[in-house]
Amino acid sequence: MTSGRIDSGPPDAAPAGPGPAEPEPTGSRPVGPGLAAELTGICGAANVITDPQQLRTYECDGLTSHRSTPGLVVLPQSAAEVAAIVRTCAASGVPFVARGSGTGLSGGALPRADGVLIVTSKMRNVIAIDPVSRRAIVEPGVTNLAVSKAAEPYGLFYAPDPSSQVVCSVGGNVAENSGGAHCLKHGFTVHHVTGLEIVTPQGDLTWLGDGTGASPGYDLVGAFTGSEGTLGIVTKVVVKLTPIPEAVTTLLAAFTTMGAGGAAVSAIIGSGILPGAIEMMDALAIEAAEAAVNCRYPEGAGAVLIVELDGPAGDVQAQTEAVRAICTAQGAYEIRAAQDAAERAAIWTGRRSAFAAVGRISPAYIVQDGVVPRTALPEVLDRIGELSAEHGIRVANVFHAGDGNLHPLVLFDDTVPGEQEQAEKLSGQILDLCIEHGGSITGEHGVGVDKSRYMPRMFGADDLDTMQLLRCAFDPAGLCNPGKVFPTPRLCGEVPGVRHGPHPLVASGLIDQF
Amino acid sequence: MTADDAGIVAAIAHGDPVASALDPDGSLRQLAGDCVHCGFCLPACPTYQLWGEEMDSPRGRIHLITQVLDSGHGSAATAGHFDRCLGCMACMTACPSGVQYDQLIEAARSWAEADEGERGQRRRAPGQQPPGQQPQLPAPLPPRSLRDRAVRSAIFATFPYPSRLRAALVPLRAAQRTGLDRLAAGSKLLRRVVPEAAAALTVAPAPPAAGRGGVVRARSRHDGKPPVAARRLPARVPAQGGRRAVVGMLTGCVQQVLFPQVNAATARVLAAEGCDVIVPPRQGCCGALSLHGGRRAEAADFARATIEVFERAGVDAVIVNAAGCGSAMKEYGHLLAGDPDWAGRAAAFSHTVRDFSEFLADLGPVAPRHPLPSGAGAVVTAAYHDACHLGHAQRITAQPRALLRGIPGLVLAEIADAGTCCGSAGIYNLVQPEAAAELGSRKAKAVAATGADLLVSANPGCSLQIARALAAAGDADGDADGDADGDADGGSGRPMRVAHVAEVLDASIRGVPLESLPG
Repeated sequence: MTSGRIDSGPPDAAPAGPGPAEPEPTGSRPVGPGLAAELTGICGAANVITDPQQLRTYECDGLTSHRSTPGLVVLPQSAAEVAAIVRTCAASGVPFVARGSGTGLSGGALPRADGVLIVTSKMRNVIAIDPVSRRAIVEPGVTNLAVSKAAEPYGLFYAPDPSSQVVCSVGGNVAENSGGAHCLKHGFTVHHVTGLEIVTPQGDLTWLGDGTGASPGYDLVGAFTGSEGTLGIVTKVVVKLTPIPEAVTTLLAAFTTMGAGGAAVSAIIGSGILPGAIEMMDALAIEAAEAAVNCRYPEGAGAVLIVELDGPAGDVQAQTEAVRAICTAQGAYEIRAAQDAAERAAIWTGRRSAFAAVGRISPAYIVQDGVVPRTALPEVLDRIGELSAEHGIRVANVFHAGDGNLHPLVLFDDTVPGEQEQAEKLSGQILDLCIEHGGSITGEHGVGVDKSRYMPRMFGADDLDTMQLLRCAFDPAGLCNPGKVFPTPRLCGEVPGVRHGPHPLVASGLIDQF
Repeated sequence: MTADDAGIVAAIAHGDPVASALDPDGSLRQLAGDCVHCGFCLPACPTYQLWGEEMDSPRGRIHLITQVLDSGHGSAATAGHFDRCLGCMACMTACPSGVQYDQLIEAARSWAEADEGERGQRRRAPGQQPPGQQPQLPAPLPPRSLRDRAVRSAIFATFPYPSRLRAALVPLRAAQRTGLDRLAAGSKLLRRVVPEAAAALTVAPAPPAAGRGGVVRARSRHDGKPPVAARRLPARVPAQGGRRAVVGMLTGCVQQVLFPQVNAATARVLAAEGCDVIVPPRQGCCGALSLHGGRRAEAADFARATIEVFERAGVDAVIVNAAGCGSAMKEYGHLLAGDPDWAGRAAAFSHTVRDFSEFLADLGPVAPRHPLPSGAGAVVTAAYHDACHLGHAQRITAQPRALLRGIPGLVLAEIADAGTCCGSAGIYNLVQPEAAAELGSRKAKAVAATGADLLVSANPGCSLQIARALAAAGDADGDADGDADGDADGGSGRPMRVAHVAEVLDASIRGVPLESLPG
């Protein structure tokens, strides 16, 4: 492309394909100075990144095993700018990817070398807090924890709490339908989002949902939340705020074995108590957390269980006694109870830091995310232990035990040839285990680019085709975060498989094609 | 692995001279490799808070450092991101993986700081490149602008030398007294560094008013011991009561020129707590500014001299009342690790270095504390500001608070976002005045929101920066009330004093009112 040229042709001319003077190896139009100039016109030069070294700092999100330097990075400051950027991309047939804080663990924000990375980190205003209707309206770049901080003066908080809540953005939470330690009782992001302002893949600014969470018609907020950036870009989020519980007690129970800890989890849930969170860490994860944050968990623990009870003071007190009794009966040799925020933070700090903390005990690691039915926990954990021994690769276990959401951390040395491949293989086998036991290949980190290849193990071709129909309804041109979620990139015009005629689900009247 | 990565690995494997010369033993690459890209450092980083860009976050800067290590070259934009780092080390507190960012950014700064000749020399590994056979390797980072280099040279030629700093302040003082700002621009030294001189001018406090500077001569109403003069501390200040320790005291550069009363208070408090305080008269700069600015060779020279001076003093501990200095002195062991003659001495010395609050909290109080009556006799509310080089670099946050809580009637207020830098950051407010001013204004807002009467800081740079920002906020509120005596106005209509922990303790021990604390 001629340096400095500004495309000025009609927008409808651009997507037609490569012009004779511009050989284009990838997209229908290369990401070059022309596009950069157009985006500069929208966001200002300071917010369009073209320096190769600067661009490379955006090559990956929280998952570093997938990297791709974006063609361009733009940092819009308003919804209108996002819409204008997307319109420009759509008109030029250039793929685009949205990114918040870049903490995702499935490569959902992996950029495209032939595309534009739209980063929402400058859109971080808490626009409004309505304590009466318990709603907040925030921009997508606001961090998860910042919502709770803004709501705190009103006695409210934002319930979904991913471990990375100090940095992860609400926009990213919507894309990934993020959970967190407390989703056992309080639910996932989708349960707390009641309205979304989005930019469609065509560049239209529109609202999904009316903020009440109960608007009639299709639940498009539900469809959009967890769509991993493939249906559009969030520019404003209406979230529910939850009253800060009257009482919170956090118990830390130490067991000598994972089996005993797992049995305690089942017994607690079986007794009818629904704690805010039940988290479990094994000895290796504890070792890492101790190294990182000196959390001083009981010595010699083969497993620790963190049980947090929240609600009216009377309930919490009664439940605390019951949980203590259950843990003791299941062999807990030390139980600590945190009464105030500082003590609670001391217990949680080990758990929250665990992912990153394994960096202290291993040169490299893979954070896996899978789900199994709670009842299958002991068997699956045993099997993970066996797989670990077979491969000679350590696995640290940190997980949301209450809902069977495993986070095995597969530790390896990336300087040892072949070890990464072994670790990846083991990591995949853990997902197979989850599927075998009727679970899922992801609990909360999403499919992204990392797990798209596992989708066919969990879903049949018809399932995937049906999902593709939804995607194509929003993004027929396939420009919005392409290459994510689905195992094989497929254009919307393409007929899935060798099928001819309408999709069977459409033909049978089970679904509509938009 | 991308094709790019493969090329880099191949280059390293074949000993690419540009890439490998920056990190001959691979230690920087290893330090950078500790980063797992989790992003927990992002919200802790002041520049990420300001601009929300990956390259101005610690994670992004580590990525850029890796790129320079890989390719042997950094773009002008990359160099700018290294320069914009405050070096506050909030990221190290936030990092769950223990990445030693301080060492990484110091290395990156040294790439920018070394002049062309030095850089060429440093890279010629002995025996590898016979002179004249190979062209000089390109510089890792593009050279700074002439103006920027002049500013930095002026700073590093002035600040570490109290006599020069004092001389440089003369025209500033004159300007403050006469309002003739042009006088400042007329200073030979400062003419070259305008508008950075303007930043210096606004942060430099006026000299204590006549009679006020003499407050250090006030006798304690309790012991009647001889006073300790502020301007020139005696070489030895004897312990009061039984001797509990013999300590050395660093007088610092900025501290001794701009805040002599803090040094006097430090010596008095230490003596009151039973310490013989040795103040070696020949001590010089500890090298903190140079070290944090990437001038390692210069810092190492300062370090050797400082070690020598205090070794001769024969003390149990070396007490430092400036956070940046203490942090650097605790790093001497690392700084001189590569010097066989000094590595052991430096490491041993670093072990004896204690921050003022750290030392006193360990020692435990013996001198009785008295309430600090304010003018109206009301309870004093103090907000404690965590200096980055104390809170993040030395992880000292509890001790100064505990000391302040030990003062009867004093109420301690917490400042929101206490871990965020005020923008002072060594020479940062001189070389990055705009970002520093914005951070200062945010800090002033948080400080004012506490409603405190008194701001307590443990670093001279922070005290200057926040006092200036508070005053600016006061002015912006149309409440300019003549802050000539150093009072800063938080915008609440009430002046807020800024004092060092040592001054507050000194007032409490001596039982003198808060008003007698020079601002």
